[in-house]
Amino acid sequence: MTLSLGTLIGQTITFIVFVIFCKRYIWPPLINAMQERQKAIAEGLSSAEKAEQDLASAQERVADELKEAKGEAQKLLEQARARANQMVEEAKTEAREEGERIKEAARSEIDQEINRAKESLRGQVAALSVVGAEKILGDSVDAEKHSQLLSKLAEEL
Amino acid sequence: MASGEATSAEYIQHHLTNLTYGLDTQGNWAFAHETPYSMTFWTVNVDSMAWSIITGVVFAWLFYSGAKKATAGVPGPLQNAVEMIVDFIDDTTQSVFNHHNPLVAPLALTIFVWVWLMNFMDLIPVDWIPGLAAAAHIHYMKVVPTTDPNITMAMAFSVFALILYYSIKRKGMGGFFAELAFHPFPKLLMPVNLILEGVTLIAKPLSLGLRLFGNMYAGEMIFVLIALMFTGGIALGIFGGILQWGWAVFHVLIITLQAFIFSVLTIVYLTQAHDVEEEH
Repeated sequence: MTLSLGTLIGQTITFIVFVIFCKRYIWPPLINAMQERQKAIAEGLSSAEKAEQDLASAQERVADELKEAKGEAQKLLEQARARANQMVEEAKTEAREEGERIKEAARSEIDQEINRAKESLRGQVAALSVVGAEKILGDSVDAEKHSQLLSKLAEEL
Repeated sequence: MASGEATSAEYIQHHLTNLTYGLDTQGNWAFAHETPYSMTFWTVNVDSMAWSIITGVVFAWLFYSGAKKATAGVPGPLQNAVEMIVDFIDDTTQSVFNHHNPLVAPLALTIFVWVWLMNFMDLIPVDWIPGLAAAAHIHYMKVVPTTDPNITMAMAFSVFALILYYSIKRKGMGGFFAELAFHPFPKLLMPVNLILEGVTLIAKPLSLGLRLFGNMYAGEMIFVLIALMFTGGIALGIFGGILQWGWAVFHVLIITLQAFIFSVLTIVYLTQAHDVEEEH
């Protein structure tokens, strides 16, 4: 515990040597590495933040587009539905008209048949009446003489 | 224990004596305990110097290994540990020292880690290394360099030299003198100012070196006293063991605190040296 100049001087020199060693070889590489890492982390964080923002805006855009597409689809669907209704309506009308037409045709054909039947009946009745009258009168009826009468009769039938 | 027959006083004395080599009053170079004469001041405390250099090399080697492979990428465990301490010192320096001087932070780091390592020698049970040394016929072995005031004062004076150097460099001879002479009182009371400021200035290295020495010396002393209990039978020995453990746990705090105080005060003193004060 006494003064020891050699120790004082020796420790001073040792101290200086270690401080210089630390200043030259220890401090700079460590502090540089730390600062570099700090910078890298800061950059990473900021780019992550930017990516997050990008993602958010992209999601927004996607949502917008999705909404638009949905609207479009809705519109198309409605159009299609309207078109389908229209087509059904048209088909119905056409069918109804067609049916009407067929009915009409059938009816006219029936009428024609009736008329034809009537004609033939009338003919037959006239012939029968002539035959009947001949039988009754016992004489032949002059067809030419009575043709006016006969056709009048046939018309009344 | 160094020797079974030693009395308590001798045991304590033995633990507080350095292995000193140097010039005795008769002009012989010898170890202090081997010469019958007393020593001059031209001596070296071989044990203090050896442990100081060993711990210093441990510091330099550890941190250099960490720094050599330092990468900005993922750090290894050693780099991590080293960086933690460097970051701590860097933060402390940045928060106190607001000038540009690339020496201050490495200086503070060297002081903090080196002083801590020297203090740490205190936690090695007091008889282990001296026991080994005795087996190697080295009679005195004080393993904690910071319990040697020559070691702590050498560091304190080195810091003091830096304080003077930067004071003069920043303020000029005149500015530094003005700071000492014209400071608390008006210029008329210059002698009073000089005495006051001179004491303040001298107190810096003294408090720096003696605080560390005092704390470590006292801590070492208590370890030695506790170690004495081991000779007092089983019961006292067990009690001593518990005491030693408790004191060691507490001492972990002290050695760290003292190392931290030394390095922070160094930063503070150097900050004051760099501060160019306004005209009063």
